[in-house]
Amino acid sequence: MTRLGRALRAGLRRALQQWRRSIRLRVVGSTVALTSLAIGLTGWALLAQVADGLAEARSTTAVDEARAGLERVRAQLETTSVTDATAASEAVAQIVDSLTQSGQGQGRYDVVVEGPLGRGGETVPVRSSGEVSADLIPADLVRTVSSSDGLYFRFAEVPVPEGGARPVVVVGSRLDVPATGDDYGLYYVFSMADQQATLDLVRNATALAGLAMIVMVGGVAYVMSRQVLEPVRRARRTAERFAAGHLEQRMHVRGEDDIARLSESFNQMAASLQSQIARLENLSKLQQRFVSDVSHELRTPLTTLAMAGDVLHEARSGWDPPTARAAELLRRELTRFEELLADLMDLSRFDAEAARLELETIDLSDVARELADEPVLTRKGIEVRVVGADAPVVTEADRRRVDRVLRNLVANAAAYSRSDDVVVTVAENETCVSLSVRDHGVGLTAEESRRVFDRFWRADPARAAAGTGLGLAIARSDARLHGGELQVGSRPGRGTDFVLTLPKPGGDVSRPALEPLREAGDA
Amino acid sequence: MSQRRTHHDRVLVVDDDASLAEMLSIVLEGEGLTTAVCRSGDKVPAALAAFRPDVVLLDLMLPGVDGMEVCRRIRESSNVPIVMLTARSDTDDVVAGLAAGADDYIVKPFKNSELVARIRARLRRTDQILEPLVFGDIVLDPAGHTVERAGQPLDLTPLEFDLLACLLGTPEQVFTREVLLQKVWGYHHPGDTKLVNVHMTRLRSKIEDDAENPSIIRTVRGVGYQAIAPE
Repeated sequence: MTRLGRALRAGLRRALQQWRRSIRLRVVGSTVALTSLAIGLTGWALLAQVADGLAEARSTTAVDEARAGLERVRAQLETTSVTDATAASEAVAQIVDSLTQSGQGQGRYDVVVEGPLGRGGETVPVRSSGEVSADLIPADLVRTVSSSDGLYFRFAEVPVPEGGARPVVVVGSRLDVPATGDDYGLYYVFSMADQQATLDLVRNATALAGLAMIVMVGGVAYVMSRQVLEPVRRARRTAERFAAGHLEQRMHVRGEDDIARLSESFNQMAASLQSQIARLENLSKLQQRFVSDVSHELRTPLTTLAMAGDVLHEARSGWDPPTARAAELLRRELTRFEELLADLMDLSRFDAEAARLELETIDLSDVARELADEPVLTRKGIEVRVVGADAPVVTEADRRRVDRVLRNLVANAAAYSRSDDVVVTVAENETCVSLSVRDHGVGLTAEESRRVFDRFWRADPARAAAGTGLGLAIARSDARLHGGELQVGSRPGRGTDFVLTLPKPGGDVSRPALEPLREAGDA
Repeated sequence: MSQRRTHHDRVLVVDDDASLAEMLSIVLEGEGLTTAVCRSGDKVPAALAAFRPDVVLLDLMLPGVDGMEVCRRIRESSNVPIVMLTARSDTDDVVAGLAAGADDYIVKPFKNSELVARIRARLRRTDQILEPLVFGDIVLDPAGHTVERAGQPLDLTPLEFDLLACLLGTPEQVFTREVLLQKVWGYHHPGDTKLVNVHMTRLRSKIEDDAENPSIIRTVRGVGYQAIAPE
């Protein structure tokens, strides 16, 4: 039972889903439903009208015929001289028989005679022709006929031996027998079989026509919806292909209707997008080309300058102090210029998405231990503590880039933090590996933390002479090129914590193995 | 350190940039080398014949004929060591330059000391073998720096000779690329395996019957190279 219920619910859900998803099903379905309703109502009204008309016509002829028959009976009774009731009854019986015969001959009716009436208490004797019994005469007709003069009719149904009933019209009137003074109820029962047959025919024809109409309208709706929806589906397919990067995809424009205008608009949009994309691609290529050319063009004079600077620097011992110092400054700034140019080139490669990874298996524990011997730290006498590097922490990464990021972090700690020690921590989880470089120096404000990865941003503008101001921007780009992340956490007076997180093969960095120092509430 | 030259070693500087060419000359002459400058690629063959340099320092950015083409032309007539100057280390330019016949490369900008070290490394023979070496049908003669295979002389550059001598000197020993860089190129340049790969390809194309299926020098995947001992 429950299984059946579940199956039913599942079926219903599928049907509903189909209904929601298919415009064609909805169009055809609602068209068929509405057409059925309209045709049903029209058919019903039509059949009611026809039935009324047929019944009215039949009752009119029946009443006329009955009246004529009654006149004849009255005339017969007047010519018959009967004095006692039995004789009267006999006479009436004869009349009934003759009426029946004549009825069968010309009008197809049966006759029922009740009477004599008005002998309270006794059952009223009945005489009838054919298979018609007195029971079928509607009671109210009997009452009306026995109490008032005139001709009355009612519609009724006669049970047939095969089962069911056939409709009839019953016309009744009171019949006086002048000789005895008795009253009889005389009823003519006219068959309505012909009318019923006509009505059946009309009903069948109407039903058939209605059904055919519904099927045809359904078909038309299907064809129409197909005509409207097929271009829409084609448009959808074209749009999907376009979205998938096939920018040359266009729709076929046929005719001048709404669909054609839609196609035209789509094509215009597609062409505009394509040209925009092509323009941007071209711009990006030009930009890349330009940066590469500038770099090349700058490198030759810079090489000459650097060599000349080297020569002057070598010779400075023979000069007076200011000139010697000038040679030193020249060489130092030339070195910085070289670094700046190299950094700019790297950034432009990131911007142009031309940077490529050369992945190899690296052990961050190894990297962390090597970091402890970094000359920038040892030179300044900064104590380095390595945590968590006892076991290998392995992932796939570009060794050169990872080294560059970490050298940058320790160089920053050495140059700006004024911290006496640096803690390098390594950790991993199922999806990624993390390495944190934590100092206990001056720290950064929240505003400074936010800007620390900005290009050319420096926490202390007075110390702008050191570094290019691009190191952390490049470091973060390097991390992100791996699908990794470089985060900072810092508190003024408590120090700064940079965390590099790299994904393991197939992993991601949504849950870093280490979280950077939080800006508040963390020690 | 065999064959110490009595005269100054000669460096041909091929560079279109007048200032850089002059600066290169100043630095190299300061180191006791003799230099000549050639400002365009077209004039290189003539300068080669007239000056007979011991090393060519070639800037890849040349107008007219590009550096790669100059490299190929030099190699058609000479095995003189070529050091090229390039603007970037991570481009295909470097590999193409090496494949065209350059022995080594320097990325601009560079320190004078680095330039001098590279040039000196190319001037100095690294002396992988001291006695003539017979290896199957290959005969190496360190005195004349000549190589014969089945009696036919092979035309190897000094660098290729050193590379081959290094590998054949201790057959079956696997040399990593880093060790080869140190022993043959004469300096440590970590991670730069392009140099070894490209030159190994060139060497094989000269000594192997089928460079695709080498029978003399085998690649040990992920490690380096080894000479296969002859039967």
